[in-house]
Amino acid sequence: MKNTNKKNSLGSLKKIIKEQKQARNAEKKITLTVSAGTCGQARGSMEVIDFLNKTIKQKKLEDRIQVKVTGCHGFCEAEPNIIIQPDDIFYQHVKPKDSKDIIEKTALNNEIIDRLLYTDPSTKEKAKRGNDISFYTKQKRLVLGDNVLIDPTDINDYFSIGGYSSLVKTLENLTPEQVIDTVKSSGIRGRGGAGFPTGAKWEFTRKAKADVKYIICNADEGDPGAYMDRSLMEGNPHRVLEGMIIGAYAIGASEGTIYIRDEYPLALQNITLALQQARDFGILGKNILGSGFSLEINIVKGAGAFVCGEETALIASIEGKVGEPRQRPPFPAVEGLWRKPTNINNVETWGNIPLIIEKGADWYSQIGTEKSKGTKIFSLVGKINNTGLVEVPMGITLREIIFDIGGGIPKDKKFKAVQTGGPSGGCLPEEKLDLPIDYESLTKAGSIMGSGGMIVMDENTCMVDVAKYFLNFLRDESCGKCLSCREGTQRMWEIVTKISEGKGEEGDLALLEELAHAVKNASMCGLGQTAANPVLSTLRYFRDEYEAHVIDKKCPAGVCKDLIKYTILEDKCTGCMACIKPCPVNAISGELKKVHTLDENKCIRCGACYEACNFDAIKIE
Amino acid sequence: MINVKINNLDVKAEEGWTILETAKFYGLEIPTLCYNEGLSVYGGCRLCLVEIGEKPNTKMVSSCTYPVSEGLVVHTDTKRVIQTRRMMIELMLSVAPNSKTIQDLASKFNVTQMRFKARNEECILCGLCVRMCAEQMDGKAIGFQNRGHKRRISTPFDVRSEVCRLCGGCMYICPACQLRCHGPNPDTDVCNACLTMDPTCIDTYDELQCWMYDAGRCGTCVREEDEKKEANQEINKK
Repeated sequence: MKNTNKKNSLGSLKKIIKEQKQARNAEKKITLTVSAGTCGQARGSMEVIDFLNKTIKQKKLEDRIQVKVTGCHGFCEAEPNIIIQPDDIFYQHVKPKDSKDIIEKTALNNEIIDRLLYTDPSTKEKAKRGNDISFYTKQKRLVLGDNVLIDPTDINDYFSIGGYSSLVKTLENLTPEQVIDTVKSSGIRGRGGAGFPTGAKWEFTRKAKADVKYIICNADEGDPGAYMDRSLMEGNPHRVLEGMIIGAYAIGASEGTIYIRDEYPLALQNITLALQQARDFGILGKNILGSGFSLEINIVKGAGAFVCGEETALIASIEGKVGEPRQRPPFPAVEGLWRKPTNINNVETWGNIPLIIEKGADWYSQIGTEKSKGTKIFSLVGKINNTGLVEVPMGITLREIIFDIGGGIPKDKKFKAVQTGGPSGGCLPEEKLDLPIDYESLTKAGSIMGSGGMIVMDENTCMVDVAKYFLNFLRDESCGKCLSCREGTQRMWEIVTKISEGKGEEGDLALLEELAHAVKNASMCGLGQTAANPVLSTLRYFRDEYEAHVIDKKCPAGVCKDLIKYTILEDKCTGCMACIKPCPVNAISGELKKVHTLDENKCIRCGACYEACNFDAIKIE
Repeated sequence: MINVKINNLDVKAEEGWTILETAKFYGLEIPTLCYNEGLSVYGGCRLCLVEIGEKPNTKMVSSCTYPVSEGLVVHTDTKRVIQTRRMMIELMLSVAPNSKTIQDLASKFNVTQMRFKARNEECILCGLCVRMCAEQMDGKAIGFQNRGHKRRISTPFDVRSEVCRLCGGCMYICPACQLRCHGPNPDTDVCNACLTMDPTCIDTYDELQCWMYDAGRCGTCVREEDEKKEANQEINKK
């Protein structure tokens, strides 16, 4: 704590960073790194940490072993996981009772515990190190990789991996124009979804004339199944701050705001702490590190409206108004928060900035495709073996992400579609799997990059049901200002619901398509303009499935309840009675070792029997 | 002065004008509903949509909220605009089939069918009453509640607002609750009794004549040049 409560200069901060780096290299203790982001904590990592600490204390091993609590390691499927340094041994699904073994066997005697190792679902091989796991080998974890190394609540840990040296470099050697030039030539584009070139955005705000300018960090991540920003805020808040300070310096902003969802308590806690630490060190506040540049950053908590991720709605929300988008122009770069020039970037964009300054624009622009540079974090979820956050260079194909990194579909089921870009994205079918991912290619294929959600679907997913789900989300989350979006999403949902109930008529699909195009054309903000994507993309690639619902009144995937029927196959039923108990409406009757019967009138088609049956004797039609 | 091109006409606009104001100044009609000269602009009804930019990078914006800028190219009556505008009228009609204002709009723009189930909610959430109350009557007694499909207009906490003086300004300006339409055809919910009698459109028309009669907006015809272009594009594709 010797460094706190003292305002640092550029020189003294450089010294601290150097000292901390040396301290990390000289570290002799065995380190047990436990992932404890929200995902890890939900899987019980806090208990594991407790048990590890207790065991260490009991055995009086404090000088030899230390436990490090970090943010999310990205591999959610394997939570809670522990990485044991210096040998980089990776254990998954660790339970409190394993802590004794881990300390006695692995930490002290270099013995590998076989049952905790990761097994590759396709090759059945066990991986000892994190780097041996296929999930990690194909990734390029430039932004997220540091999560594994640092305790997010300790600024010194961030110093020890060279943190804030990009800020020192900026304040010492670079003019604001040079910073903007670097960011421009790096080719980075906004990671929030629309993909606007970040450097150009900064330049607009820099050139706007005003007495005060603002920067905003958009941490209002709301896509179902997407949590890239949360993990970065939880696991490495100082990196986001460093990016923001560099950005503010380049733009000439004197105040910053982090707009974060209140539903992210851990991220909120860590970023609040990080702000306080940065202030104590003189990295934030008046006359930062003696450079003459001042910046104050505060936090505004969002109340949970999806539309507030849209920049003009976000600004309205910060100002205390109803979170509704307004017409652009004037763009926020000209007239934003409190009618002053404002630059808004997403968490991940800010997180990339220290890297660009550190390694240079040339290095950064070598990664990725011609028009999309750098890496992108995706949250790979749904019907996939390796659920988690993956960071990959732009231009990688969907197939590589899903089958090499993601390890394919569980239970060897067939891949059907992948939904990218959150609720306003689209579903891409199997023939698009070799599509190299960048902003343009995804848009051309009828989806969007979005903030990076990636939901994988297998053959048991009904595309009409998927469209219905996203439309239901959007009709709730539309702000309701534009008739096209409010009434359009509602009507589209009504039509799709009607189709999924088997009441679809001829002409419904044509009307749905016509309405979808109108919603896309007529809406004011990004939410409305992309709200039709779930419908348009599923209609484009899975029209036959819609037609099966409308014409044949059948749901090919066996999902839409009104169109399916459960029956018991007499030749397969062994009379084990396993299906009788799970049925919530007592629709199945029968005796032991005799074929059971299912009362169709009572059946509510919940699928509990289907899941309980071990002999595939329940058939869905 | 700012140079703008509307429907291939070069016009000049004042700094700070919107597309709608410019078009009105030159006598080009763009339909509006949630727009009122005495109130702030809102951009909610999406009737005043126009297409801006040069092909193929055009986009549609609400002309009442979009400020003009140097060199802006605007088209007020393209096929895309007409189709989208008709869908907006159809959507409005499905919510408030009893409104004469909306039934008139339907007749004017040749919307002859309503393919959604009528909800008879009457309110189309254009926000005129909210702005009327706040900006002209200095009341701020009513406002929007909730969002998305649950959005509605009400007083705070659903009780009579203390600042409401029962002036009736909200009812005066409402396009849905004031004027009742007495003739909707019960089969279709679309009245069309006053479907425009003027022979505004022939199948194709001469460009000059079109502007004089402000035609094209009814959508019964499609610009010849547009059709030719599209046909050419398809041939090129093949």
